Amino acid sequence: MSDTLLTVSNLTMRFGGLTAVNAVGFTAKRGDITAVIGPNGAGKTTLFNCITGFYKPTEGSIEISHADGKKLMLDKLPGHSIARKGKVARTFQNIRLFGGMTVLENLMVAQHNELQAATGFGVLAILGIGRYRAAEKAGIERAKYWLAATNLMERADDPAGSLPYGAQRRLEIARAMCTGPVLLCLDEPAAGLNPRESAALNDLLLKIRADGCSLLLIEHDMGVVMKISDHIIVLDHGKKIADGTPEFIRNDATVISAYLGEGDDDDADAPIAATLEDAS
Amino acid sequence: MKHSIANVKDAAAVAFVALLLFGPFLGLQLNDSNSGNLTLSTRPALLAIAVGLTFVARLLALFWQDQFGKQERSARFVNLAGKYGVFTAPLILASSKVPFLTPAAKFMAALMTSGRFIAPLLLICAVGMPLIPGIDNSYVDLGVLIMTYVMLGWGLNIVVGLAGLLDLGYVAFYAVGAYSFALLSTNYGLTFWECLPICGILAAAWGIFLGFPVLRLRGDYLAIVTLAFGEIIRLVITNWTSLTGGPNGLYDIPHPTLFGLSFSMMGGPGTFSNFFHIDPDPSQRTDYLYYIILFLALLTNWVTLRLRRQPLGRAWEALREDEIACRSLGINLRNTKLTAFAIGAMFGGFAGCFFATRESFISPDSFTFIESATVLAIVVLGGAGSQLGVCLAAIVMIGVPALLQELQIYRMLIFGIALVTIMVVRPRGFISTRKPSVSLGNAKIIGAEMVSEGRG
Repeated sequence: MSDTLLTVSNLTMRFGGLTAVNAVGFTAKRGDITAVIGPNGAGKTTLFNCITGFYKPTEGSIEISHADGKKLMLDKLPGHSIARKGKVARTFQNIRLFGGMTVLENLMVAQHNELQAATGFGVLAILGIGRYRAAEKAGIERAKYWLAATNLMERADDPAGSLPYGAQRRLEIARAMCTGPVLLCLDEPAAGLNPRESAALNDLLLKIRADGCSLLLIEHDMGVVMKISDHIIVLDHGKKIADGTPEFIRNDATVISAYLGEGDDDDADAPIAATLEDAS
Repeated sequence: MKHSIANVKDAAAVAFVALLLFGPFLGLQLNDSNSGNLTLSTRPALLAIAVGLTFVARLLALFWQDQFGKQERSARFVNLAGKYGVFTAPLILASSKVPFLTPAAKFMAALMTSGRFIAPLLLICAVGMPLIPGIDNSYVDLGVLIMTYVMLGWGLNIVVGLAGLLDLGYVAFYAVGAYSFALLSTNYGLTFWECLPICGILAAAWGIFLGFPVLRLRGDYLAIVTLAFGEIIRLVITNWTSLTGGPNGLYDIPHPTLFGLSFSMMGGPGTFSNFFHIDPDPSQRTDYLYYIILFLALLTNWVTLRLRRQPLGRAWEALREDEIACRSLGINLRNTKLTAFAIGAMFGGFAGCFFATRESFISPDSFTFIESATVLAIVVLGGAGSQLGVCLAAIVMIGVPALLQELQIYRMLIFGIALVTIMVVRPRGFISTRKPSVSLGNAKIIGAEMVSEGRG
């Protein structure tokens, strides 16, 4: 039914002698929420950084196919083009907002390329002629749309750094959405959220999907993962150990043993496995 | 009680450091006897006074901190001032708008609101200053000097204040502008107004050229490399004798003309005084120069203010806040940084061009590191990113030492104390708050503690 959006094949990332991601390959479908899970240190964030251009993979390729049939190799694009041409936006595990700028300004910065194109190399807009005024108005409207969607309208003129944690997470998602992506990569969006905020996040992510943007998310909160994802990829020690629907993953023996540890005394991850089962 | 013992200990330690510092400076004195021999004498009384004063000052400072609390110092100051009604009105205004600010930030917000009145007032003063009847020419000349630094400060503010790139070699672009004009005018006979855009373009080109190698550097490393570039430019100018005249500099650089009318003292045909049938007076040229630099400075300010409200300006500020997030949003870091360097350099080039035409003589001595340091100090003292702050800081940094000329050696002492005081009271500069570039409702002032200083 839905076609392929992202194709990662044979992706390997080495840091010196350490292989963080080892020959990982998967596809993400257009209109799907694809989750990447795995124990700490499994290479999830490294995989993300490769997809969003922060690392150049040692081997392998990442290809994105746009709805118009255009295909782009993300691993060949320069860092800033990933968002601009590849239309892949991301958020960060440790929130990276422009703290001294207002919420609205954060969303306007996200629309930089579109707005900058309307300024006539800056010269026309300085002189106050050209279509910049209209473009800015449209930009503010788009920002308002996402402010409403993330329930941040009240705080639009407050500095981003003054927002509470949950609101900062939502703002980061809104900011990424303002770049107009086809794929939104979320690095642990539910980290540090309380159950109520976490439920609201689920709704927001489903809304984003309904708006036509596919999602790729790293998440530890199995409540979020199992409820909303269409497809789950499990990494452990840099390798893909499972790939399938939530139903399939929940019952997969390798996944459970990766989270539980194989008869080791190390049962620190046991609560995660418990939630894994709870969510079923 | 415990507190006061600790305070005395602290003050004693500070007094000891003062003893070490002041010992050689104040305690010892070289006397030149008539026979030509130098004799060394001591001045224990003076030393004791200096150390004693330090001890008392430290004690008072600590007492002040204990009394009012370190964080609440500025707030207490505001409250005290508020009691006497000085700041009451803007404060109420500010506090109603900015609920999340600390009291200190509220005070600054109040100042910013009053900045709405201060800025036009300053502008009126600036425009009207040379027109005051009977004003001494030297004051207008000082005004030209201050205005040059205001312009340099505003130019550097783009790089340091907005983009957060610490540039210690800004004087390089000032030099490029000055030498471009000097060479073009003396060799090819081009006039000031013809050269002005060329100087700006050349300086901007050098800004891009020198910007490329430092794109990947951040913080201290960026500062050191830009410092080195500033020195390289100066050394090249010093040693390329055949082109630049080396240490002797270039002279006979033409003064600017008004639509072809020169400001010559001779009063012959084709001069300003002859054309308007008035007596030639040196103040005419000074006034003209004053209005040129005023225009150039206001141009810098206007362009900066317009750019701040545009995607480019916002991208600069975003760059200062978080480079990695910028990249994830598809902002081309290279282009954004280079435009900041180029536009900052362009205004430095304009200022340099003006400097050459004003002085009519330039040499590498005018473009030493101390110039870069002064301009950077103006930006930091004024509050990086604030146009009004830079303007105030330039007046304080350039105007006050010049006006205190009569105090001779004590001038720098007072100046030093003033700088230290400002940095203690307002570590982020006079005006460290930030005004949003776009807002849905009423724009709220953002406190300094939110705004990042930039690391790259």
